[in-house]
Amino acid sequence: MLYRENGQFKSTYREDQQLFPILQDRVFMLGLLVFAFGVVPFIASDYVFKAVLIPWLILALAAVGLNILVGYCGQISLGTAAFMAVGAYAAYNLFIRIPGLNFVAILFIAGFIAALVGMLFGIPSLRIKGLYLAVATLAAQFFMDWVFARVKWFTNYNPSGSVAPPAIDMLGWTVDAPVEKYLFVLAIVAVFSLAARNLTRSAIGRAWMATRDMDVAAEVIGIRPVHAKLTAFGVSSFFAGVAGALWGFVHLGAWEPLAFNINLSFNLLFMIIIGGMGSILGSFLGSAFIVLMPILLNQVLPALGGLFGIHVDTALVSHVELMVFGALIVFFLIAEPHGLARLWAIGKEKLRLWPFPH
Amino acid sequence: MSDSPQPLLAVHGIEVIYNHVILVLKGVSLHVPEGGVVAILGGNGAGKTTTLRAISNLLKGERGNVTKGSIEFRGEKVHELSPSDLVKRGVVQVMEGRHCFGHLTVEENLLTGAYTRNDGRGAVAADLEKVYAYFPRLKTRRHSQAGYTSGGEQQMTAVGRALMAKPSMILLDEPSMGLAPQIVEEIFGIVKDLNEKEKVSFLLAEQNTMVALRYANFGYILENGRVVMEGTAKNLADNEDVKEFYLGISKAGRKSFRDVKHYRRRKRWLA
Repeated sequence: MLYRENGQFKSTYREDQQLFPILQDRVFMLGLLVFAFGVVPFIASDYVFKAVLIPWLILALAAVGLNILVGYCGQISLGTAAFMAVGAYAAYNLFIRIPGLNFVAILFIAGFIAALVGMLFGIPSLRIKGLYLAVATLAAQFFMDWVFARVKWFTNYNPSGSVAPPAIDMLGWTVDAPVEKYLFVLAIVAVFSLAARNLTRSAIGRAWMATRDMDVAAEVIGIRPVHAKLTAFGVSSFFAGVAGALWGFVHLGAWEPLAFNINLSFNLLFMIIIGGMGSILGSFLGSAFIVLMPILLNQVLPALGGLFGIHVDTALVSHVELMVFGALIVFFLIAEPHGLARLWAIGKEKLRLWPFPH
Repeated sequence: MSDSPQPLLAVHGIEVIYNHVILVLKGVSLHVPEGGVVAILGGNGAGKTTTLRAISNLLKGERGNVTKGSIEFRGEKVHELSPSDLVKRGVVQVMEGRHCFGHLTVEENLLTGAYTRNDGRGAVAADLEKVYAYFPRLKTRRHSQAGYTSGGEQQMTAVGRALMAKPSMILLDEPSMGLAPQIVEEIFGIVKDLNEKEKVSFLLAEQNTMVALRYANFGYILENGRVVMEGTAKNLADNEDVKEFYLGISKAGRKSFRDVKHYRRRKRWLA
């Protein structure tokens, strides 16, 4: 009833092609942004910022990047964490070697360096596809793990191998309180998501999707596969690099190469599989699922046990948490093999037709 | 056709919805008598393939669902069965676009068709010879990989593979797709032959109305997910509406687009 576009007439192409063509979507999105920027900073606690919101947003940004590559361009990658690491270490080196450089500029340069590395490791995609490509991108993961652990220059010859940059300071604003960190990350993620959303509906986005759906047909109508695949690797790694820099500087504060190991790559891949391939919204939903569900289970399980008079100790909680988490992933994938974003899309479609079934 | 005591296959008013929201079939009913060749005709998107997929229960993979109506095979409701159970009961579908196993040889393809049988190797080998007798071309290509055979040979392999299951009924989806007219005639000729000699019933979905009506003995015309016309093949072929809309022949003979003005018949079934 509420979600219906009756009476919204588009009289120009501009109106027809806008990002959110349905008024209710626009209002909802605007409301969400106002809520995130204006209300959340006053109601959330430091714990919620540090443990929930900041990691969720940063990983969602990395997932958006991976989704561009896997969901939109159809190239499976297991090297996202490596590209995040490139972004993080590039940002660190820019930070210590060029004093006074604005952090936003650092983010962009780090993103570009990650994009270059990503394109380099994307070259095999021109020849191999599918699972074989996943194995090839695994090389990036192992190579980067090795480089940042062994080449001392990247960690500024720190004997422990870990790096610990000071708090971000730009234009007199020191981003150190959790609220400030949250707002900074939120702003970056909002801008980049908007950019990603726009990119995916432009000519280059259509070229990616054509390459994903049928690469031969795409080539036959004049899309250069080299161009489409390498730009997808580049843009994807750019997002991953920026997310990596934020992950290191804002979320972790101090990190060692292990922070960007293959586990993170897998987690990001799971995020977009559960959230929905080829959907920006799906990246956020999937990352919310992976980041929030363990925390939620951790809180809920002891309470649930208490309800039935069972004492649940922490060791048991962590075991049950893993089991329930795995079961939930399987459940959601069986319920909707195309991810949470598709569930949402079907729900919206049903709402539009309601009360008629079809 | 409903005068025969019990049809082999009876579809009663099925409704199919894709993806929970898109209504594709809006109540399709049809009957296939024992030993009949029944054609489902209609343009693109009329619902022919969906009807066949609904009968052979292949909709799940396409996110479709039969929401109303029932499908009976020999009086038994079958729309809850899996596709492989249906094969055991004698209903085999030959899919649109052939779908041969590309890396297997033609002969291996045919032998996979006998997967559900348990009447011994001798019977299977005898049937293999029978298939080769109907499709002599396949015998000459028996050891080449199916992926490297021509379109016509692949279609023959697909039909032959279905035959190896010893079906009582074959659902044939667009057998003429992408084939040269001579090959189409050859395949339809074999279908007719199989129908007469092996008593296999056929339900075929076809765009090529002309050929289909020549070989079938009964036809249904689908449009927009509904049966708009049914009748014996001869009646349909003589029907003015069918001639105009599907065969491109009007009363005044072939239509010439040079004539400035021509009047289209109105589709009577459109309210």
